Amino acid sequence: MDLEEKTEELLETIWVSIKEQDRDNVQQDEVCTGATEELEKLVTAGYVTVSNGQLSLTPRGEPLARNVIRRHRLAERLLADVLNTGDSIMHEKACKFEHLLDRGLDDSICTLLGHPKICPHGKPIPPGRCCQKQRAPVSSLVSPLSRLNPGQKGKVAYVHAPQIKQLQKLMAMGILPGAPITLIQDFPSYVFQVGQTQFAVDNEIADAIYVRLLQNEETADAEVTSPPPKTVGGRWGWRRK
Amino acid sequence: MSAIRNAPLQYDRHIESALSQIGELLKREYGLSKRTVGLLLLQTDTDIEKLVQKHEAEALPSIRKIVDETRSLYNQPLNYVIAMRRQQEATRLSSIVTTSRGKSGTGFTERLSRITMHPVTGSLILLAVLYLGLYQFVGVFGAGTLVDFFENTVFGQWINPWITGVAIRFVPYQWLRALFVGDYGIITLGLSYAVAIILPIVTTFFIVFSIIEDSGYLPRLSMLIDRIFKTIGLSGRAVIPIVLGLGCDTMATIVTRTQETKRERVITTLLLALAIPCSAQLGVIFAILSDSKLALVIWVLVVMLIMLLVGFLTSRILPGEKATFYMEIPPLRLPKISNVLVKTLTRLQWYLTEVIPFFIIASVMLWLGELTGVFNWIIALLKPVVAFIGLPQEAAQVFLYGFFRRDFGAAGLYDLHNSGAIVGIPLVVAAVTLTLFIPCIAQFMVMLKERGVKTALAIAIFIFPFAFVVGYFLNLVLTTLRVTL
Repeated sequence: MDLEEKTEELLETIWVSIKEQDRDNVQQDEVCTGATEELEKLVTAGYVTVSNGQLSLTPRGEPLARNVIRRHRLAERLLADVLNTGDSIMHEKACKFEHLLDRGLDDSICTLLGHPKICPHGKPIPPGRCCQKQRAPVSSLVSPLSRLNPGQKGKVAYVHAPQIKQLQKLMAMGILPGAPITLIQDFPSYVFQVGQTQFAVDNEIADAIYVRLLQNEETADAEVTSPPPKTVGGRWGWRRK
Repeated sequence: MSAIRNAPLQYDRHIESALSQIGELLKREYGLSKRTVGLLLLQTDTDIEKLVQKHEAEALPSIRKIVDETRSLYNQPLNYVIAMRRQQEATRLSSIVTTSRGKSGTGFTERLSRITMHPVTGSLILLAVLYLGLYQFVGVFGAGTLVDFFENTVFGQWINPWITGVAIRFVPYQWLRALFVGDYGIITLGLSYAVAIILPIVTTFFIVFSIIEDSGYLPRLSMLIDRIFKTIGLSGRAVIPIVLGLGCDTMATIVTRTQETKRERVITTLLLALAIPCSAQLGVIFAILSDSKLALVIWVLVVMLIMLLVGFLTSRILPGEKATFYMEIPPLRLPKISNVLVKTLTRLQWYLTEVIPFFIIASVMLWLGELTGVFNWIIALLKPVVAFIGLPQEAAQVFLYGFFRRDFGAAGLYDLHNSGAIVGIPLVVAAVTLTLFIPCIAQFMVMLKERGVKTALAIAIFIFPFAFVVGYFLNLVLTTLRVTL
């Protein structure tokens, strides 16, 4: 059953206030003041139950809500990384966008973006089936550095470092969004160039750097799924898989 | 040039307003501009927070409030936002003042650099560097040719006979004469070991290390070895102390300060004390094992295996943050001879001022020990231990020397080998046990200082029996297999 935008939004709010705060249910007044009509719809559809003013998600409602969140945050990622949308209008646009990302389209976008783990606001994106499979890395537009092929170029899209200490390391190395980056080799360590400087990092750090791939002239024509022509580094580049 | 202004970098309005608010709250001088202090506070710099806490604690709650409010306005951590703005400005500035010819990364140096980093060609180069640099130059040339000349010719034929003659003429008492020119004499043992055996070896090692360092090869070595080092709980960064340890473990233990986590520092200290032979030891071991290539191979394999095994187990047991690896790879450069020489000289100067007193003290203690009979007693105690690992009794003395300096012990082994007292399997067993054996006094002092009494003692208590147990099993395996060396 398709839900209206406003109803979907309420479902999102309920999911976030339950799941992201590790609770079983949430006070009705906390999430929906003046949205009784939408709540009614969710209850009728069997997604949400109300008892003593406490809302909880049903086994049917939970995966649906999770999926809405996933679509919303993927939409934000898409807007921020690929379409360069500014912060101020991002949320609003993402709300519109998320409705377009249904019926498997979310997995395609997720793959395109390199299976991002967090939204631009730093909140986790619930993983989909595609994230477990991790399809061919080169068909993505945004990809962690660790999944690039040697010789591929791009710009740093964002840095997802779970620990602040790592973020500082990366910043000290000049790895900030927008910096041009080229992967030189990926074994035994990742070697890449940012600006005029080369760095070697391990798997963990290479996983934290997300790169928006540049399709240069050679690779522009429908060659998205095959690796780009190897440069000097690629000639000896040791390929995984 | 109007695009480059000599004014502080402007951030966006939220940060600017936070900065001016914090600036008003700060009343004391910190040796930095208020703006800088404010920026550091926004980036939650703990040191500056402590300073503010100390000097004007009353302002801190309001400052924290401003910082928290500002932080809530952004999706990213504030230091990220600030770094982004700086990066933006730096890019703008550099685009004004620099031009790029667009071509980079295909020159000869770049190609050579890629070859040194490639897993296959890089490993071959690494082996070649170790073989030529360590084995040929330090081992064969330094510990062989140079030591031979200094020990047998300079000291053996010129200095020792002359000084002994002088002593016999002017010092009437045998016991006092022994202090300077006896078996354990300051000159005939202490100085002659320090100058004739250790100095040439350490000098050649420092030359090689300076060349490797200045050429920019060390970071490439780090990236090649990172994956292997991860299995022993270290990152590629640890190659610097480890390789330096092949020169002097004492110096290397000090250098563990550059490592990021306490866990890495403890593991490196342990491995340096246990499995990394210093250049003096290395040179002497190369020299005594050079008669039989198989003996050398067994020694290398056993010591490396022990290092990996102990490192692996330690990294399993020790709690703490896992090591991460990141390193800048500078361009390869041809080292400047003058720089290499200056570096080598500085290191030698450090080494000699640190080492010569120890050799003299060790000589005096050995002399005293012999005079009073204490050492005979210790040697008698050590004899069954030494026999336990299949060595002749004379080797007990070598291990006693090893207490004073690792290299001292190794040098003693060198003498024993030259006189034909130890050959074949016992020689390899002695070399392995002595390599693993307790660190020298200087290294142990530094361990106490850097790691604390508890950790240093724990390491020493582990190593002492462990070295002999390994020696025992090695002897057992080699004799059972009837290996002929």
